[in-house]
Amino acid sequence: MAKTEISASEARPREAAVPFNPMIIVAPLVGWLVPGAGHLVQRRWIRGLLLMVSVVLMFSLGLAMNGKVYQPNAGDLLDILGFVGDLGTGGLYLLSRFQEWGSAAIAAAAANYGTIFIVAAGLLNIMCVVDAYHIAQGRKQ
Amino acid sequence: MTPALQLSHFSAAFLFALFASVVFGVTQRENGRDMFRYGGYCFVVFLGGMYGAGWFMWLLHH
Repeated sequence: MAKTEISASEARPREAAVPFNPMIIVAPLVGWLVPGAGHLVQRRWIRGLLLMVSVVLMFSLGLAMNGKVYQPNAGDLLDILGFVGDLGTGGLYLLSRFQEWGSAAIAAAAANYGTIFIVAAGLLNIMCVVDAYHIAQGRKQ
Repeated sequence: MTPALQLSHFSAAFLFALFASVVFGVTQRENGRDMFRYGGYCFVVFLGGMYGAGWFMWLLHH
């Protein structure tokens, strides 16, 4: 009697070839550079606009309050974390560094609020980027 | 040099709660109705937490 052995490769159902979706890379990248744009390029107009307005306004208010924009550094741990948070705003961060915004010394409580607004805007934009990635993946509508 | 925007602690916390709640609502829920409800919930929790912490500190002080 012939012994029927099933090899591991035959037992495993053949995975369907999933076509590569460039949006998986484009949406997060665009969303990082321009807050909300990761949703806009995927035709989530209202969501994209809400996110864009929220993050850009938060960042702008932070700058208007003379908040500090952190620079790359290897010093204080809090400064490093602040830089990582700021970097989340992507294009806004690059623009502010290019224009030398947010480089004044913090001299009032409102400026401290501004610094927190800028860092929080970056962290919120990271959430937007992850959400845009999930939409591109099809894990979220 | 343009003068810096001066917000009170309450105004700053209010705006922070508003923007953060919008992003939380949009990114953490699937459909519009749930987004609105979750964003509103986050906003209330932010402001409630702020008032709660404020009264707690007032009680500690007195």
